[in-house]
Order: sequence, then C-alpha cells, then structure tokens
Amino acid sequence: METATINNNFKSEEYFINMGPQHPATHGVLRLLLTIDGEIIKKVEPDLGYIHRSIEKMCERDSYQQIVHLTDRMDYLSSHINNEAVCLAVENALELEVPERVKVIRTIIDELTRISSHTLWWGVMGMDVGALTSYFYGFRDREMINDIFEETCGARLTMNYNIPGGLMQDIHPNFVKRVKEFIAHFKTKLPEYDKLLTGNIIFQKRTKGVGVLSKEDAIAYGASGPVARGSGYSCDVRKHHPYSALDKVSFNEALHTEGDSYARYLVRIQEMWESVSIIEQLIDNIPEGDFKVATNAVIKLPKGEYYQKVETARGELGVYIISTGGKNPHRMKFRSPGLSNLSLLNHITVGGKIGDLVATMATIDIVVPDIDR
Amino acid sequence: MYSSLIITNNIHSWVLSLMPAAVTGITEMMMIAMIYLTVFAVLGLFLVLMERKVAAWFQLRIGPNRVGFFGMFQTIADALKLLSKELTGTDKADKFLYNLAPYFLIISSLMALAVFPFSENLQAFDINIGIFFLIAISSIGVIGVLLGGWSSNNKFALIGAMRSGVQTISYELSVGLSLLTMILLTGSLQLSEIIEVQKSGWLIVQGHIPAVIAFMIYMISGTAETNRAPFDMVEAESELGAGFHTEYSGMKFAYFFLAEFINMFIIAAIGTTVFFGGWLSPFGITESIPWLGVFWFLLKAFALVFLMMWFRWTFPRLRVDQLLTLEWKYLLPINLFNIVLMAIIVWLNFTIQF
Amino acid sequence: MTNQEIKELITTWFSGPESAHLEFTEEGSQFLNLSIDPEYLHELMSWLKTNNKTSFDYLFCLTGVDWGKELGVVYHLESTSHRHIIVVKVQTSDRENPVFDSVQDIWPTANFHEREVFDLFGIKFKGHPNLKRLFMPEDWEGFPLRKDYEDEVNMVVK
Repeated sequence: METATINNNFKSEEYFINMGPQHPATHGVLRLLLTIDGEIIKKVEPDLGYIHRSIEKMCERDSYQQIVHLTDRMDYLSSHINNEAVCLAVENALELEVPERVKVIRTIIDELTRISSHTLWWGVMGMDVGALTSYFYGFRDREMINDIFEETCGARLTMNYNIPGGLMQDIHPNFVKRVKEFIAHFKTKLPEYDKLLTGNIIFQKRTKGVGVLSKEDAIAYGASGPVARGSGYSCDVRKHHPYSALDKVSFNEALHTEGDSYARYLVRIQEMWESVSIIEQLIDNIPEGDFKVATNAVIKLPKGEYYQKVETARGELGVYIISTGGKNPHRMKFRSPGLSNLSLLNHITVGGKIGDLVATMATIDIVVPDIDR
Repeated sequence: MYSSLIITNNIHSWVLSLMPAAVTGITEMMMIAMIYLTVFAVLGLFLVLMERKVAAWFQLRIGPNRVGFFGMFQTIADALKLLSKELTGTDKADKFLYNLAPYFLIISSLMALAVFPFSENLQAFDINIGIFFLIAISSIGVIGVLLGGWSSNNKFALIGAMRSGVQTISYELSVGLSLLTMILLTGSLQLSEIIEVQKSGWLIVQGHIPAVIAFMIYMISGTAETNRAPFDMVEAESELGAGFHTEYSGMKFAYFFLAEFINMFIIAAIGTTVFFGGWLSPFGITESIPWLGVFWFLLKAFALVFLMMWFRWTFPRLRVDQLLTLEWKYLLPINLFNIVLMAIIVWLNFTIQF
Repeated sequence: MTNQEIKELITTWFSGPESAHLEFTEEGSQFLNLSIDPEYLHELMSWLKTNNKTSFDYLFCLTGVDWGKELGVVYHLESTSHRHIIVVKVQTSDRENPVFDSVQDIWPTANFHEREVFDLFGIKFKGHPNLKRLFMPEDWEGFPLRKDYEDEVNMVVK
C-alpha cells in the first residue's frame, strides 16, 4: 500500500493531555497542556500562576530589609544567591562598601548553595529518567550542606543570611572545619555520580540528541545558566560581571556546544567541580573583620534605577529596582531565569516523545516559584 | 488427572476414606488451590518486603523497620490498609471491564505458579507442555493491563496500557525464543523432564555459549515482560503518573501490585527451572535429602529475583521507541541466530555433560 | 562600543530625532538609557538587533512600569558579541488602552514576558500571537501591579 493510503485508512487524531499541576515530572505546580499524536508531542503550552504570590507587588509595600526575605521564596534552591542579588543592588545604590570578610563568606555560601541545588537537580534528573537511586545519593550530599547552613544561619533552605550591608551574624566557629570536611567528602562522591548515571548507556541514549537547543535559539529565547551554556553561549555572570569575591578566584566556565540534554547535564556536573574549586580557594583565606557595616534603620535609595545580576544555580537572576527616593521601591522587578528558560520548552520538545519531554524538562531544571514569583 | 497431582499422594488416601471417589478429585483440587493461594499471597507480600529492603540497601536507607522484627510485618500491615481502603473509580469508566481487569492479572499469574516443580515431589500439575503453558499463561496478563488502562477513561492510563500492549507482545517473542533455544537441549516441554535432563549438568553449563546468550536475553526480556524498570514504560511514574493503574485504589490496586511481584517470581522461577537446574543441588551435594530441593529452588529463584531488583534500582528507564528498537533490531535477530547455534551444538554433540 | 558611540549611531538612524522623541540619559542608572516614542519602537528594536555594530541580540529583561500617570515598558538589551548593554524605554499616558508594538518577532523570549506585562499591567502588545494572561486566572479583574489597583480582600496594605 502507498503511504498515503495507509495514512488515510489509519487516521491518527491529536489529543490534549494535562500534565500537572500535580505531576511527578513537573517539579511543583506547573501545568503543561500537551497536544500529542500518539506518543509524539505536537505542542507544549505551559500554564503558569499556580504559585504566583505577586512578590513584586509586595516589594512595593515593604522596606528594603524586608524585601530580602521575600526573595528566598522565589528560587528556594538558590535562596542565598537571591538574597545576595537584592543586597548587592541596595549596597551599590547606597555606594556602600562591604568588608572583604562579608564578600568571601557570601561567595563561599553561594557556591555551597549552587552545589546543593545541583545535587538535588542531579537526584531528580535521575528520577525523571527512571533511575530512582540517584535521588538518595544526591540527598546524602545535600544533607551535609544543609547541616552547615543550619549551624551558621539557623535555617536549612530559606536562609535569610544576607542583609543590606553584610550578614545577619558571623559564621559559626565550626563553619570552616565543616566546609572542609564536606569538600573532602564531596570530592570522593562526585565520581560516584558519574559511575551511576553519566556513563550509563541507557541514560546517554535517553539524553543525547534530545531537546537540542542551538546557540542562536538560546540567545533569542533569553536562556541563561546551564541551559544556555550547554548550547555554547558563554553567559556566566560570575565571569562576565563578577560580584562579591568572585574577582579573586580563578575558575573555568563550564561550556558545551552540543546543546542537547546530555550537554546540559555535563555542564551542571562540571559546575559542581568548579564550585568545589572556588570554595577551596577561599575557605582558607577568610579575612578577619566585621561581618556587616551599619546602615540606617530605614534605607532610602537615591532616586534612580538599579540593576544587579547574579548567577543563581538556574541562570541569570536580575534585580531591577526603580526608586523614587522613598523607603520603598517604586517598582521592583525580578528577572527570573526560570521564566525565560521555560519559554523555550515548546521550541525544543516538539517532535519528541513524552519521555523526551520529561528528560528535557529535568535538564532545564525549573523551580516553579521562581517562574511564578 | 490424579497422576499429575503428585503432592497429593498421602492426602489422597485419607480423603478417599472420607468420601466417594467421584468427589475426591474436586475436593483435592480445591484444597491444593487454597494452599497455593495462601502460600503465594504470602510470597507476594514477602517479595514486596524484599524489594523494599533491597531498594533501601541500594539507596543508603534502612527501609521498613518498625512493624515487627526488622519490619517483617510491614507489608502485611500495608495489605490490611489496602483491604480497608475505599474503592474509588472514575465516573465514566466502563464499569464491567474496569472491575474485571485486576482479576485477569492476578489469576494469570497465580495459574502460572501451579506448574513449577518446587522439589522432586512437590509439584501440583505436571503437564507435558509445561513451558508452552507458562508462556501462554503469562501473556494473558497483558489483557488485564490493556483492559484496565482502556476502561479507566484516563488518558495517562490509556497511554500506559498501549505501551504495555506493544511491549509485552514484542518481548513475548524473545522470552519464547530464548526458552525454545533451551528446549533444543532438553527435547521436552515438561518441566519435570527438563529437570531430569539437568542431572548431568545444569543447562546453562550444558549449552555453554548459546545457553549463556539465551539466559541474558531471557533475563532482559523477562524483566521487560514483567514491566519492571528499566522497562517500566507502563507505569513510568515520572511520565504517566502511575500508568495503567492510575485510577485503581484499594484491593484492586493491590492485585495489580501483587501480580507484578508474583510475575517477577515466575520469571525467576522459569529461569531457575530452565537454566539452573530447578531444585537440583549444585554438584548433587544434598541429593540424599530430597526436601532440601525446595530450599535450592527458592535460593536460585530469589537470586534471580535479586538480579531483577538490582536492574531496577540502578538503571534509568528506556524510552518507548528505544525499547522496541532493542527488541526488534537486536534481541530478536540475536535470538534467531542463537537458536541455529544451539541446534548445531546439539547436532554435533558439543554439549558439556558430567 | 562605548555609550557615546552607540548614542551617535542611533541618532543617525532617525532623520528627525525630535519627531521620534529620542532621548538619551545616563543619569541615575549604570546603563545607557534611551526613551523613544512608541510609534518608532519596533523600527528601533529591529535596527538594534540587526545592525552589526550594535547587534543587541539578548533581551534579558522586559519590565512593565507604572509611572503614576503613564504606563511604560523597559527593555534591557545586551549584545552577546560586543557585551554592551542598553536600556530602551517607552511610555504612554493612555491608561485605558495602552498599546505598544510587540517585539516577540525580534526576540522570541519576549513572548512570555510580554504576556506577563499584559497580565499585570494591562498593556497590550500589537502583533503578539498569544496575548492572554500568564499568571492570573482568565477572569481576573484589574491589573495587580498598577499603582491604582485595589483589592481589599487579597492585599495587605501597611
């Protein structure tokens, strides 16, 4: 029979399927409207807003010290980095020079946060492609970081450790020792990640050539973070616009050019190694000094516009403050990496299978509160 | 009929003294059915516990450890919970098929258990087409999955069921062909006969190279047929939620769940019987104590079960098209080639026998 | 390119910079700011993207702003090859029916961000293929991020 005749006799119909808001692969309350033909995806339309809290509106009501605490709840896996973004923006606006000690501690905790976020991502990535064991391996290592955070700032996830002008309190006396312990431990465990997942033939088959994003598209869709770096677009804010103590350390920007899910996976694995190296460079040289500089109880930013970008575990977070000189911002905008990264989901998953969609979504590494804000 | 009921020898005369000969047969069959049902319900529960313990061991966890000694009664508690749960269902489900589906699965897996020789004298039903019967029965289960997925009126369940249909039909071939390779060695489909042949060496040794290939193919396709990871396309919780049994709850869900674990045992038991000498002890070390056959059988079967659990807790899941590629482009041609190889070896008498 | 060079280059694109209300400022911001009449927005944006000397190919932030009387949109653009940054601003005093040109055909990322601005500010984008609410429910009344938005139930005002 001719192909045309076959197609005529066996008509296939597209149908809709609702993935989420409660679904194991959407990592939170994301809803995807899928149009599929059998197993093949024809269209992916994200439906957002299930955890929209209008943080930007709340910011217009709150003082700058209070705003810091709202940012924890955006990308909760990079909470410390989010805090830092706001603090840096405020400090730059006030032209406040924070002590070296603060800068170094901030950077160390940033990188620990990044490792913690990436280990969680690695575990969930494995789970999304069906290897459940990786989840527990990731959590084992993440646990040690959370313990360090708990000891130093009292919270394990939403840390609130930064304030405009420095840190909430000084580091715990055990901090240096425990970070060193963790680094020694993690360096032996990271190769285990490769053994369990990276080299696995099924894993490679599932991710290589899946969800391919070209460099041009990555830029056009505003991708950032490991998603863009997996496509070869050098966009690491830590390299291009160094902040805190990042100008004192040397590290390589993880770059891969293939643009598929496997490249994004490798970028994150490599980033963990780079973060380890950054911490190693700083942990022995934490300068003595104050852990904060005094600011006014009511911070008033001069009239003007301030933009601060930082590199969270998911990509470039921008904080855009428009101040009219008052104690609240006139307008506060968070440029979240998640929203831009999610917007390319339809572009790179169409034509793949449902399994590809799940693997691709895992490597885009979305955190839904970060998208919804 | 009576001759095939080997384990009844002793009970038979006792029952015969109580009632007329015409009723005895039926009574005995009922008794055996009851015993088997009980034993395998417990076996299913034990397998669930074992899986959870093994998984915990792989995943740096402790696993169930609260109910009973080392959590021994955890799965019994779970079963009681499932029994007492409300049976929910979708409004627009095809009620008849929806309720029927779990029974297809559980009955087909319990039926398959009837033919295994657990030791020389412990076999309920020794038919001369044993292997054939097993293959035939094990493919009935997929009807339950298809019905369950179709009648639930849920798209995720439907996708899961369709995947299952595709998968089971494909891998059925490989299971059948790899067992057929071994049949060339034994010359019989009867399970007791197959074990008899292995008294001069387990088949995996007798058939050496092609037998090892056949065993590997058998384990891969056997895992696929039980819908377990890395072939758990049917459930694929990160893709389809729970796949074909998304809409089932309570005891109906438990039937699906139990059937999966019993199926795993069946695959392991067939593997034990066909490749590893069934209840035969290694080198005949306990030949003088016949009842130890049960021990050896279970030991070998659980070793294979453990192997399947090992697969599950280390491998990622394949994609549905990769699954079919693996079967049709790799396993099937290798299998066909393997049969020819085995035939040549049997023909030229290259087998290893002690 | 330095800010001064960008400024001069952009000025040459317009025959009459006054008619386009082209205004440059670096005051109160770390970037070069450029505000323009909404009429000329799309034209300017495609030039900024396609011109080899500017090639602003990375739209990293798209913000809706309520200035009190006017509604506006702020575009943060970066060039991935030259690594310079420009901020483009448009605003309109029409609060009932504010319309700007959509730039999602120039940068696909604007698709979601423009929907967000539409959702929270009620600014419409001409030429957007799928302009509907992004976060809020379809039947939500009002635009929450506007300064005159009032919601006695959900808003805690201090």
